[in-house]
Amino acid sequence: MANIKVYVPRDTTACSLGADSVAVSLQHYFSNNDIDCEVVRSGSRGLYWLEPLIEIETDSGRIAYGPIGPNIIDEFIAAKCWKINKEHWSYLGVVDEIPYLQKQQRVTFARVGVIDPLSLSDYENHFGFSGLKQALDMSGQEIVSQIKDSGLRGRGGAAFPTGIKWQTVLDTESDQKYVVCNADEGDSGTYSDRMLMESDPLCLIEGMTIAGIAVGADKGYIYLRDEYPLAFTVLEEAIVLARNSNFLGENILDSGKNFDLEIRLGAGAYICGEETSMLESLEGKRGEVRPKPPLPAIKGLFGKPTVINNVISLASVAAIIVNGASSYQNYGVNRSRGTLPFQLSGNIKYAGLVEIPFGVTLKDLLYEYGGGSRSGRPLRAVQVGGPLGAYLPESQWDTPLDYEAFTSIDGMLGHGGIVAFDDTVDMSAQARFSMEFCAIESCGKCTPCRIGSVRGVEVIDRIKAGENSVKNKELLLELCDTMVTGSLCAMGGLTPYPVRSALEHFAEDFESGS
Amino acid sequence: MSIDKEASKEEMVLAIVSKYKEIPGPLLVVLHGIQQELGFIPPEFIPDIAEGLNLSRAEIHGVISFYHFFRSTPAGRHTIQLCRAESCQAMGSRELERHAKKSLEIDFHQTTADGQITLEPVYCLGNCACSPAIRVGDAIHAHVGAESFDAIVNELISEKVEVKN
Repeated sequence: MANIKVYVPRDTTACSLGADSVAVSLQHYFSNNDIDCEVVRSGSRGLYWLEPLIEIETDSGRIAYGPIGPNIIDEFIAAKCWKINKEHWSYLGVVDEIPYLQKQQRVTFARVGVIDPLSLSDYENHFGFSGLKQALDMSGQEIVSQIKDSGLRGRGGAAFPTGIKWQTVLDTESDQKYVVCNADEGDSGTYSDRMLMESDPLCLIEGMTIAGIAVGADKGYIYLRDEYPLAFTVLEEAIVLARNSNFLGENILDSGKNFDLEIRLGAGAYICGEETSMLESLEGKRGEVRPKPPLPAIKGLFGKPTVINNVISLASVAAIIVNGASSYQNYGVNRSRGTLPFQLSGNIKYAGLVEIPFGVTLKDLLYEYGGGSRSGRPLRAVQVGGPLGAYLPESQWDTPLDYEAFTSIDGMLGHGGIVAFDDTVDMSAQARFSMEFCAIESCGKCTPCRIGSVRGVEVIDRIKAGENSVKNKELLLELCDTMVTGSLCAMGGLTPYPVRSALEHFAEDFESGS
Repeated sequence: MSIDKEASKEEMVLAIVSKYKEIPGPLLVVLHGIQQELGFIPPEFIPDIAEGLNLSRAEIHGVISFYHFFRSTPAGRHTIQLCRAESCQAMGSRELERHAKKSLEIDFHQTTADGQITLEPVYCLGNCACSPAIRVGDAIHAHVGAESFDAIVNELISEKVEVKN
């Protein structure tokens, strides 16, 4: 039999479900029985309810089986599924034809789950480094103009136009400039950065290199959260691979241009996802927020002009260069152009990554993709955009996924995380947690955030205890106003959004004794 | 603890400081290095770090105390990080948290009396598609409930103690 490739994901979530042990069992079986099958550790497709998802390469595409956990792998082997057994209960058919995947438009995640993340040849065979090669023949301004024309906006959450940020750095004269990738993906319910780094790390490296060439920076940093050990390991190996083949380092591909990068680990501080706090942390200091201006694009890391972008923004760059700005710009609606990898989390039946153009409604995502709640009970509240995003009641689920449409209902799309709760949720407890989280994670620099969050917890407790409920609700709303208008950054400035939305849309949960 | 062991620890700290002191913004890298080797950052070495990096002792202390990850005291043999964030809450992490504290008889940031387990909160492990999640070492566990939590703890406790010289 010719060499057959069997793909088993190496991805944090797949591994948390036993993928490592499954891969070892398969390897042992193949080698002990002299079977010419190769186990390839790919990334994950992000169909997490099916993980560990095993794929077998065939002439008619990759055939998927799942979920195959460590307790099922012996049965999987005994049923000769690796020789294609269509009768097996875990048989899913051609992976690309699974509706959840087939309905998506994977642009940034085109290679994720498909390739071996640490194979340069796999990467290059899937258009990898084509964007960099093209960029090396372009002027900085040409690259920046392409990114501007694509309509790409920052995928970290703030949605600032990426090209305009790059233009500012390009236009600022300096002997030294930096590119910093914000990989401090701290929002609950989000994991697209983690997936991209684990499953297609070279794509991030290529995007950062293009950014460096575009703005004239020769040094990059990836600020990675400590909570992502596998992403760290994979990225480190990928950087070495890229450097050894001259895609990074000095005189990249004989172009005369230089760019190199290193990873710096965070240390468990949510606030370091805020860009100025992250710069402080990279400089080896307490992660305290800096006032703006000056903008980091003019005076950033070590006081030098710095491009700061989220993982997904940078990972989208190469595809924009290869396919052209208009091809990316053609996706989406209004001022939200391109695609966003949404992440379905929490109490949801089919939790996973859904990369689609902006514009579909939240309801479609929750039910057409997510299949409703995991618990089987009715969904009641959905938090979109991380811990600083509003809790949305069912009456708002028809809102299209578009930055401005969400802003208009006091919500935010943020980094695309969607956390679903069923009807057992106590929304006053969720509101209290928002304040508690802010108190724990506040950098302490400004008073509304540092003290306001502590007072917020106390006031919610009083409301729940039935103490002067009406007056205390007024006080809570006033406190929220103070935090929104008086905080130095989004931590204190946005924490009131989930609190106010809980109070507004789920008022019954704030009655004493409820 | 013998004087020799203490001296070798100080040498290790000095070696880490001198390895990284020339890189830009070295403090977090140095602290990560020390904690990886010693399991925590012993306060008695703060003067060494400060002198090596030309910073004040207050600055070093300020950074250590700012970041949740850095410890000034030793942890137990194993550290369990339990996710408290929203996605895990939606799948029962509040109950899991209560169970963990009750069964281990400790609160967050504490270590069991036998020195086996330290319990720490964490705010998202990026495993939100399969909540609730906990992390032990570099391993993340999915769909953790009271029963599977106990099984994980029992396995950790029954692991053979590695003999280190």
